[in-house]
Amino acid sequence: MAAIAGATPFIVNTHAQKPLSPAVVTLNDVTKVYETASGGTVHALSKINLAIRSAEFVSVIGASGCGKTTLLRIIGGLEDGFGGELVLSGRKGGGPSRDVGIVFQDANLLPWRTILQNVLLPAQVLRLDKQASLARAHELIELVGLKGFEDKYPFELSGGMRQRISIARALIHDPSVLLMDEPFGALDALTREVMNAEVLKIWDATKKTVFMITHSITEAVFMSDRVIVMSPRPGRVIAEVDIALPRPRHIGMLSEEKFGAYTGKLRRLLDVGTD
Amino acid sequence: MSLDATAAAEILASRKRERLRWLSVSTTDSLISFGGFVMLALIWELAVDLFKIPDFILPAPSAIAVSLYNGFASGLFVYNFFVTAFQTIAGFLLAAVVGTAIGAVVAQFRIVERIVYPWLVALQTLPKIAIAPLIIIWAGYGVGSKVIIVALVAIFPVLVNTIMGLKSCDQGKLDLMRSLGAGRWETFRTVRLPNALPFIFAGLNVAIVLAILGSIVGEFVGSKAGLGNLILEANFQFDVARIFAVLVVLGVFGVVLSLLMRMAQNHFLFWNKSLS
Repeated sequence: MAAIAGATPFIVNTHAQKPLSPAVVTLNDVTKVYETASGGTVHALSKINLAIRSAEFVSVIGASGCGKTTLLRIIGGLEDGFGGELVLSGRKGGGPSRDVGIVFQDANLLPWRTILQNVLLPAQVLRLDKQASLARAHELIELVGLKGFEDKYPFELSGGMRQRISIARALIHDPSVLLMDEPFGALDALTREVMNAEVLKIWDATKKTVFMITHSITEAVFMSDRVIVMSPRPGRVIAEVDIALPRPRHIGMLSEEKFGAYTGKLRRLLDVGTD
Repeated sequence: MSLDATAAAEILASRKRERLRWLSVSTTDSLISFGGFVMLALIWELAVDLFKIPDFILPAPSAIAVSLYNGFASGLFVYNFFVTAFQTIAGFLLAAVVGTAIGAVVAQFRIVERIVYPWLVALQTLPKIAIAPLIIIWAGYGVGSKVIIVALVAIFPVLVNTIMGLKSCDQGKLDLMRSLGAGRWETFRTVRLPNALPFIFAGLNVAIVLAILGSIVGEFVGSKAGLGNLILEANFQFDVARIFAVLVVLGVFGVVLSLLMRMAQNHFLFWNKSLS
């Protein structure tokens, strides 16, 4: 088993790759090499091939050091210098794109700005129309369930509320791709569950393409259409698992046999990957 | 959602309670310290009276009060106070503006940092007051030389703290700006500078104290007017009561300046309290 996994990336459940919507994000042989201080090199990513379709919810899981954050940063335009090709909304090459919204592990709200001003930050940087952005900001704040908090400051909000605001902020400029880097990693288990359902609701309402990094197998299965399993040294894709659970998903599904089958499969794939 | 809303209400309520408690504590505290001050003045007055301590060694509080009154009534203290106050505030503002500006340039451009930083470290160990005689030679006995001395003395904490604050910015916030394609200047003014404000204010708090010090020492070295000049003059005449009276004026001036700084800080850094 380990020998197969180590040799070539294999695809699980290819039958579900129906001709759906076109790819919004395509990665062809994307490679990232870091030079270490001692003069050596580290292969953070080795020949990543990936196509994410419009309105698809894709999650990435893998042990730390498998390059999943690097992958997200490349798509988000935060890494300069990588091998291979990235096509985002028809545009080739890396760098910042206004078609991407990023939710970081930390909410990264600016503490001196009100909630409304924080949500409007990307609109301000991208010089979007003020009136339209303002209306949209109010809609998004309502969508994430924080109507009435517009004039509050980040220090008046709980961790979960701050992360909701950072999601609203990532959507203000109406990007087609939402990148989420372990968005619930800093939250407690209970808030995390609520947020999972909340994000699915937002995803359903906005039809964004979501690319999410997570450490939780349960979270990945519960939320995604497809889960990508990565393995470290060098960072590579070892499996892609389509999650054929019906939508809308609800918490009750967690105890279903089918759900358990998916988490079990992913657990085994991760074990192979870390060997 | 409702859980979060209750949590927020809870947080706000507890903050209000804290503020109220803090207020009541501060009023009792100030009553106690005022009582202590009155006690000390009484003991001092009685001791001078009892042990017949001569006025040119240690004047009684009553003598100081009389001297203080005469100083203001004759207009002597008023004029000299304004001279010193102008020097202090002008020098402080100069240090604040120039210090923040140089700090910003040093923190933003690595080449500038490489060139300037060794000089800064070397200059910081030098007692700036030691250059005061030189400044008097170059800029004369007037107010201008004192403004320069004050600025020189007060600029270093502002400069060093500005550099530290601008460099301490969260990578996450910078990544956010970068992912939006924000330029260097936009990132500076939207994220880096506000983020550095707590550091800059810490520097300004030190600078305001140094500014008064620089003003008085500058006057000691060479001047035509000011509260430091008055102290020297009174010293030559053995008018110790007047020295004390001027010290009282200086003390009140210092307290008022730091209160103003505190107010400015609370106004600009209201968001910082519960973060730290």
